[in-house]
Amino acid sequence: MVQERIEAANKKVMEIILNGQPTLLDIGRAQEIVPGMTEKMILHAGPPIKWEKMSGPLRGAVIGALIYEGLEVDEKEAIELAASGEISYDPCHHHNAVGPMAGVVSASMPVWILQNKAYGNYSYCTLNEGLGKVLRYGAYSDEVIKRLRWMENLLAPLLKQALKLYGPIDLKTMIAQALQMGDEGHNRNRAGTSLLIRELAPYIVQTKFSEEEKIKVLKFIDSNDHFFLNLTMPACKCTMDAAKNIEFSTIVTVMARNGTEFGIRVSGLGERWFTGPAGIVDGLLFPGYTTKDANPDIGDSVIAETAGIGGFAMAAAPAIVQFVGGSAKDAINFTLKMYEITAVENNIYKIPALDFRGTPTGIDIRKVVETGILPSINTGIAHKDPGVGQVGAGLVKPPMNCFEDALQAFVEDLENKNII
Amino acid sequence: MAVKYLIRENAYHDSVTLMIITREAKKIEGVNEVIVGMGTELNKELAGNLNLLTPELGKITPNDFFISLDSVYDNIAKKAFALVDELLSKKKVESEDYQPSTFESALKYMPDANLVLISLPGKYAAREVKKALLNDKHVMLFSDNVTLEEEIELKKLAKQRGLLMMGPDCGTAIINHVALAFANVIRKGPIGVVGASGTGIQEVTVMIDKLGSGISQAIGTGGRDLKAEVAGIMMIEGIKALQYDPLTEVIVLISKPPDKEVARKVLSILKEGTKPSVVYFIGGDPNMIKEYGSIPGLSLEDTAHKAVAITKGVTIEDFTGFTVTEIDKIIQGEANRLNEKQRYIRGLYTGGTLCDEAMIILSALVGDIYSNIPLKPEGKLSDINKSYRHSLIDLGDDEFTRGKPHPMIDPYVRQERILSEVKDREVAIILMDFVLGFGSHPDPVGTMIPYIQKARESAAQGGRYICMISSVCGTKTDPQGLIGQEKRLKEEGVIVMPSNAQAVRLAAEIVLFKEE
Amino acid sequence: MTKINKLFKQELKIINMGLESFNENLKKQNIKTVHVDWKPPARGNEKMISLLDKLK
Repeated sequence: MVQERIEAANKKVMEIILNGQPTLLDIGRAQEIVPGMTEKMILHAGPPIKWEKMSGPLRGAVIGALIYEGLEVDEKEAIELAASGEISYDPCHHHNAVGPMAGVVSASMPVWILQNKAYGNYSYCTLNEGLGKVLRYGAYSDEVIKRLRWMENLLAPLLKQALKLYGPIDLKTMIAQALQMGDEGHNRNRAGTSLLIRELAPYIVQTKFSEEEKIKVLKFIDSNDHFFLNLTMPACKCTMDAAKNIEFSTIVTVMARNGTEFGIRVSGLGERWFTGPAGIVDGLLFPGYTTKDANPDIGDSVIAETAGIGGFAMAAAPAIVQFVGGSAKDAINFTLKMYEITAVENNIYKIPALDFRGTPTGIDIRKVVETGILPSINTGIAHKDPGVGQVGAGLVKPPMNCFEDALQAFVEDLENKNII
Repeated sequence: MAVKYLIRENAYHDSVTLMIITREAKKIEGVNEVIVGMGTELNKELAGNLNLLTPELGKITPNDFFISLDSVYDNIAKKAFALVDELLSKKKVESEDYQPSTFESALKYMPDANLVLISLPGKYAAREVKKALLNDKHVMLFSDNVTLEEEIELKKLAKQRGLLMMGPDCGTAIINHVALAFANVIRKGPIGVVGASGTGIQEVTVMIDKLGSGISQAIGTGGRDLKAEVAGIMMIEGIKALQYDPLTEVIVLISKPPDKEVARKVLSILKEGTKPSVVYFIGGDPNMIKEYGSIPGLSLEDTAHKAVAITKGVTIEDFTGFTVTEIDKIIQGEANRLNEKQRYIRGLYTGGTLCDEAMIILSALVGDIYSNIPLKPEGKLSDINKSYRHSLIDLGDDEFTRGKPHPMIDPYVRQERILSEVKDREVAIILMDFVLGFGSHPDPVGTMIPYIQKARESAAQGGRYICMISSVCGTKTDPQGLIGQEKRLKEEGVIVMPSNAQAVRLAAEIVLFKEE
Repeated sequence: MTKINKLFKQELKIINMGLESFNENLKKQNIKTVHVDWKPPARGNEKMISLLDKLK
């Protein structure tokens, strides 16, 4: 009996996920747009965390955000303020948002505005700053702050105008196409970025900005392969959000890390987080760095795997697997394993190398615990010290206890309701 | 001419897939024209050319998917749409190296599997067997440490569903001439075998092959099938299947002595059929077998001989192999090379049933036999690592294999044992079985040769000759090759007999000759 | 005809769970086989197994 209830709930959840229509609508200022956002609030990636527990990259990003907001001018004062208790920290996820790496969002930052057209819910994400020394890796030098201001004052308004001219952008189709061009939507986004700039370029040109400004914007997007990541993430977020709070469902709706802990949320378990220690990524480090330099796993970008892309679509992006010294066949096998722990095959995200089979979608905590197979996540590696930047990329898995704890809570829940 | 169409907004499929699907849809009888594609300008144009473009279709975008067709009848359109959906979602992955993680995903991978071979740890095996049976798959259960209760439950379930559940502790089966687990390559022929003993099946089928005949099937039942509690469920199902099988002319049964009631039941079933049968209850009473109209075998070898004789239509005679006069010279020669003190036989066996058979034959000829698996409790060795008087050791028994591979796979335990045996001044004869076939070591004889040599040297230092006798349970077509294995033993001065029974008899004759 | 007799007429297609060597030997005999990369349920964690069973 109980199994039937769970299966029915999961079926509903999967329907919602597969019907999702993530659509890019607009750009807005965080404080005005993101629900519950205040002047003295800083959102971050991953499950809830206190300042004292934050790892290097996240601390750096917080400091950088405070400097950027003008709340404090120098580093020392920013640190004092950060620790003072005056600033409230909250997961992006609590505000329908997601952020890559440190994932820090502050009041003045521009955010993409997406809507899941099928269910009406929204999601938000900042615009990607680029590669190297950037806020999301905990850098807060003048250069970083300057760039953030440029994004706020030129990039965002120009793109906002371009979007208005273009109209809503169907991200689901764009992501589906990118998956057939060598992307997986988390660690490889070159095709998606190319598709996006191709769509927007004619409209960027038509905006009422100077030629120099338009060139700067086009070059900015062009120079950053991961520009599209900040759209795949909220696309996955609003897809998954529509499926939350379905009673009796064992499907994972959120996976996220804050650099210290890894957390998951399950549809049938409401707003509860189940956390465990964030892992060390197994991968290729850039010349000059070793595993000792690596920060534990960090970022909301694992929402990609949650929604059935990223590491789950690795067979579509064999280039990724080179980060762990694997072959193209390994990339395929990584994806094949994920079918063991997911509910369905995706209806739109298909993988050419698997004969256009849909990606494994909808992680079921029962299957994870029973098979012992953990979700495979493709991710970048941040240096553990703030401000150094990316030092590599590779594969990582969540801690098993998140799923075991969730399973236990699920069963206790049913027992309390006298269903078992 | 009625155009039927279907639009799915925001549903992406790649163009090559859609072209292939269009081609398949066109093959449906009753479909005149069809186009399956995304709503691109090009596809709309093509649809227009085929008169398949409706006003609604004209409005769709390149992000929308459509099917438009013209068919003779309305229900054909439904069929076509259904086929298209099926083709869109049918994605089978053929990746040679992929190993599914569960039985369930293996089923998805190979839905037409018909047999599941399970050699998992006993604790978990029953659960997987049940899944297999509930999914209508036959099972061979190699695992041991499955409880008796589990065995009974699973066999009842299998019987109810008409399936084979061979095991637990089933080491050998040959189904449709495929060697499963530890089994030999045996010629095809008219003899069907059902056995509750792995090496028992091996020795009998190998002997059938050596005699130029062959088998139809060799069904294993696991060692406990003929106990009272299990009541011979699988043996009976196996017998019935062979009775019904057009390619089986003779049925052979092999087992340790069963529970009496179970024996009666099994023999009755045999009697009810029309096919002749040969039954060997290792060391059991042949009279009951005769009573029920089956022919009793006196040894594994004899069982094979009788079955083959039946297929040839010749007189059934007891076969014991050599007569003493025939190999008189050998017996005397060996006896004379042994000194006065040397009088004991030490059997180092890898096949449990071969060891059993050896004990039964030997105890009738030379008296008390000691073992780790003795015929009588008094015969149990106090230290299984130290032989006493005439001792036959089953090196594959649990006590020896805890945490170690079976001696049929890894020769280490026997290599060590032969060296310690020859240190005993009273040892005259070493008996060894060599089991070939799939599952066994790629070169069982080769791994023992250096230790046979060392053993001889060690004994020679003490001024002693050691007589070594063996049989090779294998066929010419086995991966290891019978001929080569026997040859190398002979080159080492090991006497090679054509069967386990004869090897044992020879050992007994030498000892008896010495005592005279 | 019983399922067992039906089996005697079919091409064997085998799911192998346990020793990989058995799978290798079947491949040598040109038999269609799939080897299951089996692990104990819930990595052997009894508590988890009982939780999972409650949901079945």
